[in-house]
Amino acid sequence: MEIVNFTPMPALGGGILIGLAAGLLLLTIGRVFGITGIISGIFNPVKGDVLWRFIVLLGLIGGAFIGTKVMGTDTALQLRSTPFLIVGGFLMGFGARYGSGCTSGHGVCGISRFSMRSILGTMTFMATGFVTVAIMTHLGLK
Amino acid sequence: MRIVSVLVSSLLFGLGLEIAQMTNPQKVIGFLNITEKWDPSLIFVMVGAILINTILFHLTKKKAKTLFGDVLQIPNKTDIDKSLLTGTAIFGIGWGMGGFCPGPAISGLFRGEPGVYIVIASMLVGMFVAGPVQKFLSK
Repeated sequence: MEIVNFTPMPALGGGILIGLAAGLLLLTIGRVFGITGIISGIFNPVKGDVLWRFIVLLGLIGGAFIGTKVMGTDTALQLRSTPFLIVGGFLMGFGARYGSGCTSGHGVCGISRFSMRSILGTMTFMATGFVTVAIMTHLGLK
Repeated sequence: MRIVSVLVSSLLFGLGLEIAQMTNPQKVIGFLNITEKWDPSLIFVMVGAILINTILFHLTKKKAKTLFGDVLQIPNKTDIDKSLLTGTAIFGIGWGMGGFCPGPAISGLFRGEPGVYIVIASMLVGMFVAGPVQKFLSK
């Protein structure tokens, strides 16, 4: 193994903003910043509990847009090929809801609450993520 | 005021994701690529986020109410069940395969890349069917 493209300071800085964001959402509306949960709530709408979910989606897009202007990262992305985007996207969405959370819900908010479920969940998706990428890398799949 | 705070916190979240370059799947795939060329940046994102959020979470929890006097809605499940392990395992496979998780996929929408639309569409279908499938299997 060889370490490449490591950007510790922007990573730490961005992480701190994410932690602040999640803390602020709890402090103001009493919700954890789990993006899977926020999206899933739109599928089974409860009156008076929908608008904020759309605002979160808008904010996520707007915040990243501002970020590219600040960081000058507004460049084309190198994406996986379409079949992997389709299957990967489906499995990612399916698993996130089935497992009650994703990187934000389990990884950031859950671990911050010291939730054993989220710690185990995060270890599980990291492990299967490592294995998936290892297999794809060694088979030369992109 | 509540809506303004939701907007501010999600703007901060999106900004953080972009500054950390988490909307770029190459950073995510690079992190998951431990057997070859490894990019540890994602760990620093997690550490920064967890450090700050742990402090804020526990301070808020002590107060038991939000700034606006609302009740905190904190997940209270504690059982380690099959759904949790199966779901997160499948999530990790999809995360490594496509290079996206939900937040960065949504945040990356502003780029207008067709590939990101494909990921979001597939993700939404996956999330949508996960509900009924889970209900069916738990019967």
